[in-house]
Amino acid sequence: MEQILANGVYLGSQYAMIALGLTLIFALMNVLNFAHGQMYVIGGFVTYTFYGQWGVPFVLALVMSCVTLAILGALIERYLFAPVIKGSAREESTMLLAAGIAFLLDALILIIFGEKQRGVPKIVDGVFNYDFRLIMPYDRILICILAILSIVAFIGLMQYTKTGRALRALAQDRTAAQLMGVNVDRYSMIGFALGAMLAGLVGGLLVTITGVNLGMGGPTSIKAFMMVMIGGAGVISGAIWGGIILGFMEAIGLAVLSQYGDITYLLIFISLMIFLAIRPQGLMGKPWG
Amino acid sequence: MQRRSLMKSALTAATLTALAATAAFAENPVLKIGFVGVTSGPAAAWGISNQRSMEARAAWINETGGYTIGDTTYDIEIVSFDDQKDPKRAIAGMEKMAQEGIHYVVGPNVDDGAAAVRPVAEANGIMYFPYAFPKSLYQAPASNAVLGMVANYQSGPAIYKYLMEEKGVKTVAFIAANESDPLSQRDGGVEAATSLGMEVVSSNVTYQVDTTDFTPVLTPIMRTRPDLLVLSGVSPANAPQLIRSARELGFEGVISTETAQDAGVLAEGAGDLANGFISVGGASTPELASPMMKEFVQRYTDMFGEYNDESNTKVYALEYILETLKADPSAIDNVDTFQATMDTFEAPNPYMNGDAKLRYVGMSSFGQKRQVAVPLVVNVYQDGKFETLFVAEVD
Repeated sequence: MEQILANGVYLGSQYAMIALGLTLIFALMNVLNFAHGQMYVIGGFVTYTFYGQWGVPFVLALVMSCVTLAILGALIERYLFAPVIKGSAREESTMLLAAGIAFLLDALILIIFGEKQRGVPKIVDGVFNYDFRLIMPYDRILICILAILSIVAFIGLMQYTKTGRALRALAQDRTAAQLMGVNVDRYSMIGFALGAMLAGLVGGLLVTITGVNLGMGGPTSIKAFMMVMIGGAGVISGAIWGGIILGFMEAIGLAVLSQYGDITYLLIFISLMIFLAIRPQGLMGKPWG
Repeated sequence: MQRRSLMKSALTAATLTALAATAAFAENPVLKIGFVGVTSGPAAAWGISNQRSMEARAAWINETGGYTIGDTTYDIEIVSFDDQKDPKRAIAGMEKMAQEGIHYVVGPNVDDGAAAVRPVAEANGIMYFPYAFPKSLYQAPASNAVLGMVANYQSGPAIYKYLMEEKGVKTVAFIAANESDPLSQRDGGVEAATSLGMEVVSSNVTYQVDTTDFTPVLTPIMRTRPDLLVLSGVSPANAPQLIRSARELGFEGVISTETAQDAGVLAEGAGDLANGFISVGGASTPELASPMMKEFVQRYTDMFGEYNDESNTKVYALEYILETLKADPSAIDNVDTFQATMDTFEAPNPYMNGDAKLRYVGMSSFGQKRQVAVPLVVNVYQDGKFETLFVAEVD
């Protein structure tokens, strides 16, 4: 039981971080960013390059991942999403654009970083072992703490800074925010950059545990969408709860159902379908959007 | 005026370049060899190592004047198609090869893709070299598929027997990704281990293909305390993470797989925790690799920036195709002749030291010669590189 709880907390914290960026972008711009997983992968590869290849301190490599993804996100919003949103009233235009960006980033990742699985040296050695009832490597514990601190910092930024207030205003009512003097174009770009930066941050953190490879983008996006659907699309607290719930469902399922084969995700998907049939707006979402 | 001169110069340069290119291509006729396999998504490493091996070898051949088959010297062109590990795409890829008049194709990389393309290949006179293990692909009445590597039901028993005799292994646990290839390899492994008298303590645990964190997946297996943990059909992307998680969970037994791996990937992903990991390779270790193999590795590295140890096995398929065509040039557009030649074909293996031969095998497993005789080289990973554990042959 201790192991299941620990695995749940660890998985939940990393999943919540992945979902945060996605739901932020959706809240601000009503864009389903299918390229979120690819941004996560790029974040992992940037940390791999700086920390694993060039020997730069891990924290600095992590900062480079954040900066790279923030710039990439800002450019994507400024030159791709903003013109499409202004020029097309159809929501599927941004969805197609996001899918196209995902394919583009996949191709670029292959060209720049290659097809191989990449990993970096452990940031902390050693394993916490409590009588074989609870086993957790120290690097996972550290990453889990860093992920939780990052989530807290993000909530703090959204709650207590001018930028955060502007972003929340934008998410609540774009027109009203504009009428109140919020520079919608500027804060849309900042919000998208922040969402991409979160993907880069979690990619950089997790490359120390899971490594990174070209094919991780698509599945990561799918998991992120599941978490957002569970918690409620466009709601920050919903993304966090969605991540935690998915993390615990996965940890419990893998421990309890392992002898029946890989049915954990089958049951998670069935549960999600039933849940969405009853509550389509998710846990924290509002029925009116 | 200046602008007009510039345009004239540019046009002249372009024309000359085009003529030079045409002349270069016109030197030798082109022999197209196809590749249909996965070069995108989570399993991209499997197909890309195939494709790049072929491209590196083709570039080498072309650079040194081409490949002589009968009275004609050909430049080799590799025509590639990414099937995205989707059987429908694999069929489309094989149809494209047929439309281009290609008779020899390497791939697909996985079981369902290889099975899906069989009707297209047989209907269009295409010999194909899959990296997939279902016996039905290679047993009569199937005729056009040639297994491009050693199958797990051939390497598995050899590895288990070695571990029983040398390491005293008695109990074994299997873990596999939840998709056709790894699951069928797991089933084959369980059967082989049981028939050798090993006790299978766990074989039901599987994981999603896109799993990145294996600690929760492995925890139930670790409770069974096996002597040997087999990573059935594990992809190079997942192997280091599985090894790392198993070791971090306190597993001290032997870990093995029957798929080819890359030492660099293991070193980065698992470091010293991967020491002792057993996998299957090709002519990879220094004591086995011939000068030609070493040059291939160098050329591959120069061309793509980094070598992939999986190519130690995947270098062979193109060589087999070309050498067999050389043995009977009339097979160049007639796969019936190619199949007849396969029964008696034999040529020196240029990638291995010693007197190893290129020849077709498979009589024991398939009842007909539908497998390339790649050496069964079992490697153990130690401190960043593979060392040869033992070498065997497949009949």
